[in-house]
Amino acid sequence: MAYLDIAHLEKSFGANRVVKDFSLPIDQGEFVSLLGPSGCGKTTVLRMVAGFETPSAGAIRIEGKDIVPLRPNQRNVGMVFQAYALFPNLTVAQNVGFGLKIAGVRAAEAQGRVAEMLDLIGLPMAEFGGRYPFQLSGGQQQRVALARALAPRPRVLLLDEPLSALDAKVRVRLRTEIRDIQRRLGITTIFVTHDQEEALSISDRVVVMNAGIADQVGSPFEIYNQPATPFVASFVGTLTPIDATVIDPHQGTVMSGGLTLHLGRALPVQAGTVVPIALRPEAVHLGRASGREIVLPATARAVEFMGSVIRIRAEAGGQSFLLDTFNRPDAPPPRPGEPVEISFSGRDVIVIGA
Amino acid sequence: MTRVLAWGAFLLGMLYFLLPLWGMTEFSLRMRRDAYSFDAYASVLGNPEFQRTFAFSATMALVTILMGVLIVVPTAFWVRLRMPGLRPVVEFITLLPLVIPAIVIVFGYIRLYNTGSWLPLTGTAAGTNLLLAMGYTVLALPYMYRAVDTGLRTIDVATLTEAAQSLGAGWGTILGRVILPNVLGAVLSGAFLTFAIVIGEFTMAALLDRPAFGPFMQRLGQDRAYEPSALAVIAFVITWGCMGLIGLVTRTQKHTRVRT
Repeated sequence: MAYLDIAHLEKSFGANRVVKDFSLPIDQGEFVSLLGPSGCGKTTVLRMVAGFETPSAGAIRIEGKDIVPLRPNQRNVGMVFQAYALFPNLTVAQNVGFGLKIAGVRAAEAQGRVAEMLDLIGLPMAEFGGRYPFQLSGGQQQRVALARALAPRPRVLLLDEPLSALDAKVRVRLRTEIRDIQRRLGITTIFVTHDQEEALSISDRVVVMNAGIADQVGSPFEIYNQPATPFVASFVGTLTPIDATVIDPHQGTVMSGGLTLHLGRALPVQAGTVVPIALRPEAVHLGRASGREIVLPATARAVEFMGSVIRIRAEAGGQSFLLDTFNRPDAPPPRPGEPVEISFSGRDVIVIGA
Repeated sequence: MTRVLAWGAFLLGMLYFLLPLWGMTEFSLRMRRDAYSFDAYASVLGNPEFQRTFAFSATMALVTILMGVLIVVPTAFWVRLRMPGLRPVVEFITLLPLVIPAIVIVFGYIRLYNTGSWLPLTGTAAGTNLLLAMGYTVLALPYMYRAVDTGLRTIDVATLTEAAQSLGAGWGTILGRVILPNVLGAVLSGAFLTFAIVIGEFTMAALLDRPAFGPFMQRLGQDRAYEPSALAVIAFVITWGCMGLIGLVTRTQKHTRVRT
């Protein structure tokens, strides 16, 4: 049985159904991300688990017990907010000890736990315990918010876009720290984000949500490489969508724009069916390369320098392809308008929903 | 040119405001013939009735502040958190005491709570004092509500409440340990304004026949020459002291504000 079981959850605001039949069993110690665009219902699901919204239907069980009838302060579910939500009138130590005081933990024990939590987040008690929230940077405030949520030993940790308000470098560092702390404590965690890179990099499983529905649930590898729906394919990562007609479903042969592609796997559709296929930019190579049997003459249309990676948009036979190539100082990228060759393998083609 | 005109208007305003004050203060110091003295002030401060009425009004002010805080803080908090659509309605209600004269309110009270009514508050001194405190709470409502609401606007009420709830806090703890400390500056501003209003209030205290500072000032004005001016200066000093304290509290509170 799942440790945290979200079953057939529904939520409507008036006539607007924002969460539709959402089910998600989560194992103990698992780190699950809810990923989706604004308004897809991911935060509403999180808020229903926290108790801040009442489901219109469905159940939320922790260790088999339905927590929907419980008030937020009775659920023992820790939460970290996007806006930190530290109590401005309390010091760092008082903030972290807030939940312990409410739980009636003895002062000496609480002090020890606060020091332990502050050590865990790398803000030692001696240096930071007496500071007020306004004396901390955004990253430090969010670390304190994490320590505060963890101090009362919650059964589940909820993270509501905790990195969105931080700058890029702090975000990357803090997400790794959050994952490390989560692993060390083994706490079941739900992480809400609209940032696919964040979700893919730190999660055991990712739930891609669209219009209140879980479009796909899977490991980051599955979500990225085997998208179940056109929405997941387009939302997670960048790709070149192509429509192809199935020639031989058993051999996995399709045809697109005069090109015959051998996908190397059977397709569960009939011959003549039009299937959406796509290529990730990293699957397309600039120039010829071994193992990439399809070589096309193309024209570079746009070149985007992204640091370690250069993204090129090339056109071949009326079809636009995106391709990523590593930056090499000794080999500058082609200029827009320059003729190039691109190559890829039929095995790297993603069949959406297959 | 505009600058000169602006300064001219400002100076004219200041003269209009300060000259009567200066005249009154100067007059209050002339009790002793041919010399300035604080005799009028000594006479007022040494008057046992001054001490009694001031103590009464100060006590009433503290009770009014307490009632105001107990009514306004939870109301403003709840409206902001759960019923934001009702804010204009609540604001309108809190503004009513500014457009309904105190004399109308107090006559309404006397009509409702006289000795022949189902709740004869005017039948005892304690009951009438309670009625007066309720009247003062109503009079102070526009200032207290506005001050607290402004304070609540400076913090993220919803998120702080949810953060406290997720840590196990109930409504009492949230109000007492999270919301109130973070709007304390605003509450104190409202409290000082309330204090200033209650200390000088005449209509309600006189019509309910309570030994308050306002009616004492009026009585003194009928019988004496210099003491009323001294008393008016003292009342001004108290009011300005309250205003100064508002500024002081507002400044010190900024140190605990969160930057997000």
